Amino acid sequence: MSKDIRIRKGLDIKLVGEAEKNTVGATKSNVYAIKPDDFHGVIPKVIAKQGTEVKAGEPIFQSKSNETVLFPSPVSGEIVEIVRGAKRKILAFKILADKEQQYADFGIKDVNAMNGDEVKTHLLSSGCWPFIKQRPYDVIANPEVAPKAIFVSGYTTAPLAADSDYVLSGKENELQAAVTALSKLTSGEVHVSVGKNGDSPLKGLNNVTLHTVSGPHPAGNVSVQISKVDPINKGEVVWVVNPQDLLIIGELLLTGKFNAERTVALVGSCVKKPRYYTTKIGAEVSTIVYDSGVTDESNIRIISGDVLTGENVKPDGYLGYYHNTLSVIPEGNDYELFGWNKPIFNKISPSRALTFSWLFPNKKYDLNTNTNGEHRAFVVTGNYEGVFPFDIYPLQLLKACAVNDLDAMEQLGMYEIAPEDFALTEFICVSKQPHQQMIREGLDLMLKEIG
Amino acid sequence: MGLKDKLHKLKLKYQGKKMAPAFNAIHTFLYLPNETTHSGGHIRGADDLKRTMNTVIMSLIPCLIFGMFNAGYQHYLALGEIEAVSNGFFSSEFWSWDNLVIGLWQVLPLVVVSYGVGLAVEFVFAVIKGHEVEEGYLVTGMLVPLIVPVDTPLWMLAVAVIFGVVIGKEVFGGTGMNILNPALTIRAFLFFAYPTWMSGDKVWVHGAVERAGEIANGAKLDAMSGETILGGLAQGKNIVGSQDATYSIADAFLGFIPGSVGETSALLILLGGLFLVFTKIGSWRIMLSAVLGTLIMGLIFNGVTSAGWITESSKFYGLMNLEFWKHLIVGGIAFGIVFMATDPVTASQTNKGKWIYGFLIGFISILIRVFNPAYPEGVFLAILLMNVFAPTIDHYVVQGNIKKRMKRLKLKTA
Repeated sequence: MSKDIRIRKGLDIKLVGEAEKNTVGATKSNVYAIKPDDFHGVIPKVIAKQGTEVKAGEPIFQSKSNETVLFPSPVSGEIVEIVRGAKRKILAFKILADKEQQYADFGIKDVNAMNGDEVKTHLLSSGCWPFIKQRPYDVIANPEVAPKAIFVSGYTTAPLAADSDYVLSGKENELQAAVTALSKLTSGEVHVSVGKNGDSPLKGLNNVTLHTVSGPHPAGNVSVQISKVDPINKGEVVWVVNPQDLLIIGELLLTGKFNAERTVALVGSCVKKPRYYTTKIGAEVSTIVYDSGVTDESNIRIISGDVLTGENVKPDGYLGYYHNTLSVIPEGNDYELFGWNKPIFNKISPSRALTFSWLFPNKKYDLNTNTNGEHRAFVVTGNYEGVFPFDIYPLQLLKACAVNDLDAMEQLGMYEIAPEDFALTEFICVSKQPHQQMIREGLDLMLKEIG
Repeated sequence: MGLKDKLHKLKLKYQGKKMAPAFNAIHTFLYLPNETTHSGGHIRGADDLKRTMNTVIMSLIPCLIFGMFNAGYQHYLALGEIEAVSNGFFSSEFWSWDNLVIGLWQVLPLVVVSYGVGLAVEFVFAVIKGHEVEEGYLVTGMLVPLIVPVDTPLWMLAVAVIFGVVIGKEVFGGTGMNILNPALTIRAFLFFAYPTWMSGDKVWVHGAVERAGEIANGAKLDAMSGETILGGLAQGKNIVGSQDATYSIADAFLGFIPGSVGETSALLILLGGLFLVFTKIGSWRIMLSAVLGTLIMGLIFNGVTSAGWITESSKFYGLMNLEFWKHLIVGGIAFGIVFMATDPVTASQTNKGKWIYGFLIGFISILIRVFNPAYPEGVFLAILLMNVFAPTIDHYVVQGNIKKRMKRLKLKTA
């Protein structure tokens, strides 16, 4: 039962520095790092202590709350350091990569012959489970609760994000193996979405329900698609997988190797040559960023992920576990004379209050990290709704989160959304409130109190 | 070292100090701050609260300027020193230096007192409570001089502003938290605290009160009328629109009539409203539904009089019999709908709720206008009333959404 999903509400943020469709190999990283914070809510329990030699795919830690969920090393090498922060919280596992990579052998599988339990055990033991996340709560899926459906969004709308169509092209076999495996994990369907005008390799897959999506961001957000296809009710669980992670799952099934290779888009107005790089999960960002070269090194922000949802990393930081975009944009830590009342041509605004982005719908902007104003109480109403394509009242939900009102959160649709769905409302927020953080904290509270 | 660096150094010096909010308020007025994103998205849109408020102020400026000229024009017209306008909107009788001088003399002090007293209260609260000075008062401070009679004594205004800002806003937690529109709270305070001054027919034209006092003391002068159209209608006078009436429809629409400082020109209010809708700062839903509510209530009253249920002997006849659409161009309703009802903090916050909220404002305004002509203008009472009911409207709108979600769940489990 395929469906056309047309999204009207939203905002495409068009930025300078889109990646050219041309992939080069990145310089090999010496050290790789896995940051437990990438897996929200997971408390790590160390398996591979400092000094241990691991192969690619061998677990380095497990989740304290569910010890079957293993987190693998992306490369073979030695655990050289376990970085700890305040209260001995583990910040990162650093792995010094071998010159010759060795892969743990998980065995070649015939996916069609496997049943659901076998698939689950295989994904858990090979460290591929963390690729599967769940709604509600936007955390790693609980393997014990079967989902009513699995969703994969192959439509990219986030600003400057790596284009799924390009990244996945030519990988039909891996994708097919992965979605076939996923289809064994649910009694429902595996819903795969592709852009209406795109040319996605996901289009030709079997064992899936295909949807074509069109419209502005956040049409590519998987929660938006879930809400249009099969909205989540209280007590229901939906699993979601990023399409680029299907490649790793697929390769595991076809070859028996956990190959953490990933095509990453290096984008942003500070990048001299924005293009795609092949690298591995956890690689040093400097291997990519400085290969292309950046303008004004002293005042840039490197973001692992896209500019709306990514994570701020230092130049000596590492690529996040789920990210396939590296954005580099200028820091905006400067004052602007009469910036609050003069006519604005070089920034994006949903209003027309002496802001003129509405005149140039196709112009690409060079935005920096300035907040363009100070934090204020919620004042303006009705503007979030214009970029929020859910049947949910965004302002009311945010206020429920702000006052920790669990009943209201539940009733207003908290189960259906993830922090990334509030990235656009946050972007246009006149009061500069931290929407994504508020939603994240609200979800955490619900997870803790309701489960 | 430029001004930018000097101010930056000062900012660092004041950081964490008690006076920091006061300094920051002035600093951010000059420079958009150097704050960068820390959580969530790394980029932000161009609009902030200052820009939003500034847009509303820009839409009010034409009304203010017109109000200044009108203060002088009404004064000299009542004195009989000039002729009534004859030449449309750009009549030279209206746009004269003499008129402007009276306007500057009378209206500017209102603006200064409104901003001075109100911002002082805001600064004091910001410093005491240690939060930034929020921009809400920028608009309130501009609205207040526009909705009071031109001869309002400045001390009364100052008292009312202090009351309005403290009781109307700060006790609830400041901008964004208030239940009632602060500007209307100020006006309500003026009208209920000083009714003998405010509710007469003199206060609307500069000089009329003074002249009445002189006459009472035995001076041999002609009395000056300061009566508004609504006041005239309530007494059953033939004051607007028809033949031999004091004012023509064009006078009322263009604004050459007595009234509160900025509320008289329906034309400029309409332009301001269109500007707010175009910039997406004002809610077109509230404006449109409030106009509809006004027209429908007007039609109902027109129906009542034409059916003969209310006869000319009734004291309500004059206002009831006013053709329904004329309600929009007399009194303060246009100003109220465009600039007061659309205040996002005190209005309904849901889009569906805005339709209901706006409609009821129009509807109840005319109701109060007709049945309680003792208070000049029902619109401010209607808006304050709906301010109180806005959260209730929102509650039911949001409940509708919740019920839909519950129903979906039941269908699933059934």
